[in-house]
Amino acid sequence: MIYFFQILFKKLVGTLPTLLIISLLSFMLIRMVPGDPVLLLLGERGADPAVYAQMQQRLGLDLPWMTQYWNYLSNAISGDLGRSIISKTPVLTEFMARFPATLELGMTSMIIAIILGLPLGIVAAIKRGTILDHLLMTGSLVGYSMPIFWWGLILILIFSVNLGLTPVAGRISIIYDIPTVTGFLTIDSLLSEEGFDAFKSTLQHLVLPAIAMGTIPLAVIARMTRSALLEVLGQEYITAARARGIPPWRVILLHALKNAMIPIITVIGLMVGSIITGAILTETIFSWPGIGKWMVASINARDYPVIQGGILLIASMIVLINNLVDLTYSILNPRASIGPNRK
Amino acid sequence: MLFILLVALIAILAPLLAPHNPTQLFTDTLRLPPAWNPLGNANFLLGSDDLGRDTLSRLIHGARISLGIGFTVVTISGLVGSIMGLLAGYFGGTIDRVISGAIDMLMALPSVLLAIVIISVLGPGVTNAVIAVSFVALPGFTRIMRSAVIEEMGKEYVVAAQAIGASHLRIMFKEILPNSLSPMIVQASLGFSDAILNSAALGFLGLGVQAPAPEWGVMLSDARPFIESSPWMVTLPGLSILLVVLAFNLMGNGLRDSLDPKLRQR
Repeated sequence: MIYFFQILFKKLVGTLPTLLIISLLSFMLIRMVPGDPVLLLLGERGADPAVYAQMQQRLGLDLPWMTQYWNYLSNAISGDLGRSIISKTPVLTEFMARFPATLELGMTSMIIAIILGLPLGIVAAIKRGTILDHLLMTGSLVGYSMPIFWWGLILILIFSVNLGLTPVAGRISIIYDIPTVTGFLTIDSLLSEEGFDAFKSTLQHLVLPAIAMGTIPLAVIARMTRSALLEVLGQEYITAARARGIPPWRVILLHALKNAMIPIITVIGLMVGSIITGAILTETIFSWPGIGKWMVASINARDYPVIQGGILLIASMIVLINNLVDLTYSILNPRASIGPNRK
Repeated sequence: MLFILLVALIAILAPLLAPHNPTQLFTDTLRLPPAWNPLGNANFLLGSDDLGRDTLSRLIHGARISLGIGFTVVTISGLVGSIMGLLAGYFGGTIDRVISGAIDMLMALPSVLLAIVIISVLGPGVTNAVIAVSFVALPGFTRIMRSAVIEEMGKEYVVAAQAIGASHLRIMFKEILPNSLSPMIVQASLGFSDAILNSAALGFLGLGVQAPAPEWGVMLSDARPFIESSPWMVTLPGLSILLVVLAFNLMGNGLRDSLDPKLRQR
């Protein structure tokens, strides 16, 4: 256990340089944009010299850049990422208000991807070389190649426009006014007075975007499961287990899958990045009020403090998660060493 | 393979094949359904869009744009990535640490988000979209080249070249590079599909290729408001993206299986 905390500590310290560089890049972002950031913040008009100087001072832009970066960094660490130019709300507050929506959507899509992807991969591995295997693998390649911004529209076309089963946009029908408790509407709606009806509306809104977003992870998980399982199934201990007369399903589900899970879990963990990419496109299509749509909107509006803060938060989150995945990997697979010799 | 050749041919011959000018407005026939629909018109085989532009012509010219972007991106990031990977793998030490560190940084940001960040600095447009998507593709090429080079480094022919006093440049480009190309070819094919997908996504978000151009992603976002009344406008451009991306992925997988049996089914 002490060993575990040692690794955890090492890992966290190891992410510090990466996080520092990310912060430096996001600090530089607003300064790389062509044009004067002060004018950008003030708007093209209203460049009265006195106001200009005041703004420059308030932003600390008259200081040397090392000092500016230091101020930016210490503010960021204490949670102050500046304010949105448009809404004047602190960036962190805006992020926190939208993050649960993205998290809820992302988690639902991952659950769909895992629940469907694992069995499909297992079936393909067992039926290796058959037509079913080929069908599943071709299907997964189609899923992997799917432009999800189109896939989302097609889902809307089929299920919302033609069948009228699901709503087109948003998280919940506007007739419900759900007080925010956790930020997860699936939970909040159950806690609210409308209870089950509101929950049903939430689910109806959730299902299409979650399918759209889960498609690529589903394909990746199915392929990974198949190849990991095939690799394990060729090993001697599996033959030994079979020879002992253990039923085939038991061999596959208990003996083989246990060892095949390591690469599968790693792949699932490392998919956090592609989930964010999926969120950007899916949320734009389904008008889902999460961080993806928020980032696209602020880029279109040239709301630089928001872009800057959003990038910093998202990138730090991904770096931390990737490192945690690495850590899980080394716990699941004690043979993988952690240390300077690692390739 | 055949399909890719066909699409490439269509892209090259676009002006000859397209029945109409892709940006010409036929204002008396708006949002025409495809020709097999009773309301369709044989003059516009796949129908027309909300401004009366011929969908088939736009799709044909779109192939040109998408393959053009894909080709440029793969060339730029393939070249830069190869050189960076070679340097990192060959010299190791500090150079490797700097390059690998930079690559890890790029990989920390999700692809479309990274592209969007770059666009937000450079501004939207075709050239900037190509730059952004090339940046996104860079880590893949660099990583694969680096590990291919590291694998080659210990081999006898490299040691022999070093023993006869060949220069670093000669060993890198004449000895190691030709021997590490096969994984790069696979990556180029897979990179092509990523590049097309990413640039279409940027076009869809309004950050890549700009509006009147017949780019598939742009066509999709133009068609969005008409999803209920004219579903074919949404279906066709996306289907084109899917088919081309799928073809490149299939080719990449096929190449991987034939060039390097070790890498089979990652």
